[in-house]
Amino acid sequence: MSLYFALLLAGLALLLALGSAGVSLLAGRRPLVLRQVAMPLFGLAGVSAVLSGLFALLGDGSATTVLPLGLPWMPWHLRVDALSGFFLLVIGLVTSAVGLYGPSYVRGFERGRDSLAALGGFGGLFLAGMLLVVLADDAFLFMVAWELMSLSSYFLVAFQHENAANRRAAFLYLLMAHIGGLAILLGFGVLAAFGHGFDFDAMRAAELSPLWATLAFGLAFLGFGMKAGLVPLHAWLPEAHPVAPSHISALMSGVMLKVAVYGFIRVVYDLVGQVQWQWGVVLLAVGSVSALMGVLFALMQTDLKRLLAYSSVENLGIIFIALGLGLLFQGTDHPTLAALAFVAALYHVVNHALFKGLLFLGAGAIQHSAHERDLEQMGGLLRRMPWTGYFFLVGCVSISALPPFNGFVSEWLTFQAALQAWQLESGVLRSLIPIASAVLALTGALVAATFVKVYGVAFLGQARSRHVRRARPVPHGMRAGLGLLAGLCLLFGVLPTQIIALIDPVAELMVGSGVPQAGAQGWLWLTPIAPETASYSAPISILLLALIAGFAIWWFRRGKVRRIRRCDPWDCGFAPPDPHMQYTATSFAQPIRRVFALLFEIEESRPPFEDAAPRYRLRIGDRAWGLIYQPVARAVESASRRVVRLQSGNVRVYLGWTLATLLVLLWIIS
Amino acid sequence: MSAWLVALLQALLYPALAPLLVGWVRKVKARLQNRRGASVFQPYADLRKLLVKETRVAHTASELFRVAPYIVFVATWLAAATVPLVALDLPIAAVADIIVLVGLLALARFFLALAGMDAGTAFGGMGASREMLVSALAEPAMLMAVFTLAMTAHSTSLQSVMAHHLADGFLLRPSYLFAFGALVLVALAECGRIPVDNPSTHLELTMVHEAMLLEYSGRHLALMEWAAQIKLLLYGVLIVNVFFPWGVGASFGALALGSGLAVVLLKLLVLGALLAAGETVLAKMRLFRVPGFLNLALLLALLGLLSHVILEVGA
Repeated sequence: MSLYFALLLAGLALLLALGSAGVSLLAGRRPLVLRQVAMPLFGLAGVSAVLSGLFALLGDGSATTVLPLGLPWMPWHLRVDALSGFFLLVIGLVTSAVGLYGPSYVRGFERGRDSLAALGGFGGLFLAGMLLVVLADDAFLFMVAWELMSLSSYFLVAFQHENAANRRAAFLYLLMAHIGGLAILLGFGVLAAFGHGFDFDAMRAAELSPLWATLAFGLAFLGFGMKAGLVPLHAWLPEAHPVAPSHISALMSGVMLKVAVYGFIRVVYDLVGQVQWQWGVVLLAVGSVSALMGVLFALMQTDLKRLLAYSSVENLGIIFIALGLGLLFQGTDHPTLAALAFVAALYHVVNHALFKGLLFLGAGAIQHSAHERDLEQMGGLLRRMPWTGYFFLVGCVSISALPPFNGFVSEWLTFQAALQAWQLESGVLRSLIPIASAVLALTGALVAATFVKVYGVAFLGQARSRHVRRARPVPHGMRAGLGLLAGLCLLFGVLPTQIIALIDPVAELMVGSGVPQAGAQGWLWLTPIAPETASYSAPISILLLALIAGFAIWWFRRGKVRRIRRCDPWDCGFAPPDPHMQYTATSFAQPIRRVFALLFEIEESRPPFEDAAPRYRLRIGDRAWGLIYQPVARAVESASRRVVRLQSGNVRVYLGWTLATLLVLLWIIS
Repeated sequence: MSAWLVALLQALLYPALAPLLVGWVRKVKARLQNRRGASVFQPYADLRKLLVKETRVAHTASELFRVAPYIVFVATWLAAATVPLVALDLPIAAVADIIVLVGLLALARFFLALAGMDAGTAFGGMGASREMLVSALAEPAMLMAVFTLAMTAHSTSLQSVMAHHLADGFLLRPSYLFAFGALVLVALAECGRIPVDNPSTHLELTMVHEAMLLEYSGRHLALMEWAAQIKLLLYGVLIVNVFFPWGVGASFGALALGSGLAVVLLKLLVLGALLAAGETVLAKMRLFRVPGFLNLALLLALLGLLSHVILEVGA
């Protein structure tokens, strides 16, 4: 019964999202409508999606319905089960926060020339597309929803299109989204051919030979991996995500990438079904490379939003490492371990949605009040916008996987799954997993370095430019949106057993086994495998931390030693410290850049010593461009140059070619 | 109940004993350098003096600067409290395992580095940047080393690892040797000892850990210094108790606990003397030699893990 509620609420969320889109498109250039009607509707759609997700996760089974839309012989099938419920929850949580944050944030665009109708309209359609993807129960609707999501987000990336760089980023995004979409379509084609139907029920029933199953897996991995921004198909992501308005960036990085993860899980676990361990090895390798390259490039960035986008590549890499572990364990018949890795992956999915949403919204808050995206111009923002500063700190600590926040729990679970590698029979696999977990550990430490840099340079120290010095606190609505996500980060870190109990039905459904041990010792103790194997109590840790810290602070606040005197910082007895003497974002990252220099394409020009007005130039490029993208682009170009000979401008020749093609095709299928 | 009492007692022993270890290392080092050196109890007097002195905070510093010492101290202490010092089978083991321990130390380091950047001076940022470089390379090595132990014992609980090692007797495992080497190198780097960092340097340009503390004074400095001392003790206990667990108290009787304490102190004295000897004969490395040093640690740890999963699991 509760599944029907879930379906109903999901439908309501869909209608609200479409309503938000419709209202903004009708409103034209009336900002009040966008602010007071469209954005609240957007937020309500999020709340409705959260409720729907909760109903779906707490209920049992699935609910389906058929809408009289779409092709005559193929109406739209909608379905809610635990998996789609979980992703509805993820979408809804971030969307609710965006709904709180949006009304004040879009004020910043009112004075500009950009179309508010486009912002609200495509925003609503984008949300509707994402909701529809997770609800779709046939390949046709799935592809329609997928394209709706890709196209509307294309318009949002191109929102400030007067800037040529934004147009270029948007075009690259569109191109990659469609190559990915093509791969997904072909993957569905393989499944539909064996299942004799385009609805997912038929595909589930299909019996694929291992070779065809691997082909379907490969196509799905290519398509969804491209959308998820896995290395080396990530190049569009750090271009496209930063140029969208920040609340949309939060949705793209926090949620849309997760929709790609949903698609991958749906196709590989649910539709293809016969999991082979070799797939896990592929995922493990690609995930490890993505995680490491993502974080290294994030560390090198000085544009805050670009940095966050690269960090999304890294986090998706971590999710795919965990998914790869799951496939590996499942393919070698260890269902409980597979469930553990799968739960770790999903836990990281929701965590990344929360903290990346928070960080992108925080970056938007900085942009809103200081009009700055470049870390090198920031500094001292904690004292100018304290609430944003504290919430952003929560995001930084969470993403750095530090206890007691949420990022730590998913990383801990992934490590626990990896540490069970000794149960595998094959020595090669046993030694592959430790290498992946070494990469994961290195990634985690580099993430901490990245976010020390971000927070230290942006929020601490002194302002490096005049407009940042004049930054004002952001309005209450934006603060509330940030606060909601920050609170959820803490909640998901402190109550892991409850969250895992919530995720468990998804693992039951997809892997065929849950992690019943996780909360078996009571809600205080997280024991994923067995109490003597591993246990972590987040509530007690945070209680102890708070108790001792509270005691220490109380101890020093009493009596005569409580005075603190303000003075100038240490200047070595020479010149007083100047904001430009501070370590910059580039100089912070310099040692690590030097250590990992081989992985970057570094162009550096040092001014000669006798130069009176020296300028230092540094460009850090992505090797993927030179190794993959440019050769492919050149190949396509030279191929089209050959094809262009056919273009004579004569209609009769064209008709001749068309006829010839038709004949060849008829000959092939007959 | 008595188990929790012993856990509390052990947790209190860490801050109580930490300055002594530092004093002992300094004393031995002084004797090796033909100096007489200060009393081994000098660090206690230093802490006491700092705690009552006036505390100064730079104009440019924010609230975070004032809160960070508490977070660093508490996180380090909690991490230490989970490492068995005198007895096994403590209930605190269920609260936090080895990965949480590494996470708590990372939390402390995160706030230490942020505090370094808060005053907005060049040295603080330099210290933070270098510290994060060192930790980025040391942390994976540390995790790999403890994973080797955890995989052997089939548990990430430090107590189970020790209990497993005790039950094994004097069995020499190649993976343990590699993990031991890695952990020693990591400990040197993480505690800011020679050859990675010099704890007694007075030249700002060569500082790593001290550069981040440059702006601190009074009780804030005391807490930061104390946390660093606890961290040194933590790594010392980790090395001596995990790789040489013999002598640790098996029950909660006064005799077992007392002998456990005496044995661990003896082991720490030997380790401290070795550290002092090492610091006397070695020179501090250039910063860009440190990655090579830590890559060696990572390689050793990875070799340990691989030799475990390839040689020891199947056998």
